[in-house]
Amino acid sequence: MTDFLLRALAGGIGVALVAGPFGSFVVWRRLAYFGDTLAHSALLGVVLGFLLHLNLTLGILAVCQSLALLLFLLQRQKHLASDTLLGILAHGALSLGLVLLAFVETLRVDLFSYLFGDILAIGRTDLLWIYGGGAFALAALALIWRPLLAITVHEDLARVEGVPVEAVNWGFMALMALAIALLMKVVGLLLVTALFIVPAATARRFVVSPEGMALGAAGCGMLAVVAGLAASYRWDTPAGPSIVVAAVLFFFLSSLLPRRGR
Amino acid sequence: MNGRREKTPERLVAVEDVRLAFAREEVLRGVSLEIRKGEIVTIIGPNGAGKTSLLRVLLGLQPVTSGRVSTAPGLCLGYMPQRIVVDAVLPLTVRRFLALTGKRKTPELNRILGEVGAAGVLESPVQNLSGGEMQRVLLAKALLREPDLLVLDEPVQGVDVQGQIELFSLIGRIRRERGCAVLMVSHDLHLVMAATDRVVCLNRHVCCTGTPGSVQEDAAFRQMFGPEALRNLAVYAHQHDHDHGERDRGEGRHD
Repeated sequence: MTDFLLRALAGGIGVALVAGPFGSFVVWRRLAYFGDTLAHSALLGVVLGFLLHLNLTLGILAVCQSLALLLFLLQRQKHLASDTLLGILAHGALSLGLVLLAFVETLRVDLFSYLFGDILAIGRTDLLWIYGGGAFALAALALIWRPLLAITVHEDLARVEGVPVEAVNWGFMALMALAIALLMKVVGLLLVTALFIVPAATARRFVVSPEGMALGAAGCGMLAVVAGLAASYRWDTPAGPSIVVAAVLFFFLSSLLPRRGR
Repeated sequence: MNGRREKTPERLVAVEDVRLAFAREEVLRGVSLEIRKGEIVTIIGPNGAGKTSLLRVLLGLQPVTSGRVSTAPGLCLGYMPQRIVVDAVLPLTVRRFLALTGKRKTPELNRILGEVGAAGVLESPVQNLSGGEMQRVLLAKALLREPDLLVLDEPVQGVDVQGQIELFSLIGRIRRERGCAVLMVSHDLHLVMAATDRVVCLNRHVCCTGTPGSVQEDAAFRQMFGPEALRNLAVYAHQHDHDHGERDRGEGRHD
């Protein structure tokens, strides 16, 4: 196997490990559209990162975090439903990114690689980001795991029982932004949500605990990465979409298997 | 009973002259209420009377527009929300549900489930519980905290009449055995009347308050629920088709 394929495999597996636990919360808390919105803003992060001579991953991270904060503040007003707000921010941020991109003549980015990922171009720095950032994101998620689960079940009950709801929610949003910046490298901004929700949805049938679902989702994600990369190598298909197709295939195939639990 | 409870002063929570308004709508006006140690207080009132809002104020979940809310220092609250629906996509057993905000040992969990009459559901997914079982599990979760005050929002909602009678008698027994105060909200008149020390009739303001017996004689109470309902108190079912105008006139007269 060649070097670039090994790096792709390592990067993909790292990203799947991060996507599993975060994706479970995305599914439990119905945050698919929220994740999508943060991902759509990533292109803006790339352009701003380039203009400000920042690391592009840092640029993505900064823009995602700002958008999460903006959303948090906007949701305090009650005039618009949150899916409307999300739609405004998602497409506003993506379009602003594309428009700014046109102004920066010196920046020749391969748009396709940002939209759909470029796992075959993953380098050592990317791997460092994926494993360093991923380990941090997972460790921090483990720290807030119990209170976050309590909030997911019933926010008021958690609050009465002493959970610092705002702090935990805010921490989770910030970690989501980090996870999205990492997932971007593998499947691109348009397919990030798929890597969150498809493996988690696949795992649900076979688990009886929240932690089981997080691990199962990570496992399903890794299988999809391996299968998608193999298919991409064999038939020369785009890697990111191949991984998502593999994940979706696993989802439908798994629904033929008997489910666990009562 | 335990050390903490002995130190608890008589008055557990109190609201004084509380007003709560959202945008254009005034939900609570001039509401004063206090809950004392060991008593069972029931808030009754028609739909939209602000019952749940008042509970949320007392729980500290809802900031008030004006007025004072005070809580005894160190007060431990047990809260049973109106209804919890755990999405089927979240795999959660009763064991995990009970231990969401604190580690619990199996004997403790079994004992508390036995106390509320839901023994044997510990390893079931919460989604598989019947309405009555879920209410009992919610009650168990509130009791695990050894609360000084149990706050129950429509505790018998979605439970059949036999189950309602059992739940009210369970609540009475919990008060006797644990000595905790109970504050509940109810739609139902008949069953609640038998299970409570003090009734508060709420219709955005406190229309009347007192023992179940005295409240039933109160003109404001009769105005609120109508002569028909009182005549049929024994087979009471709450009327949802309250005439707004009549209700408002009633408030003015008895404020």
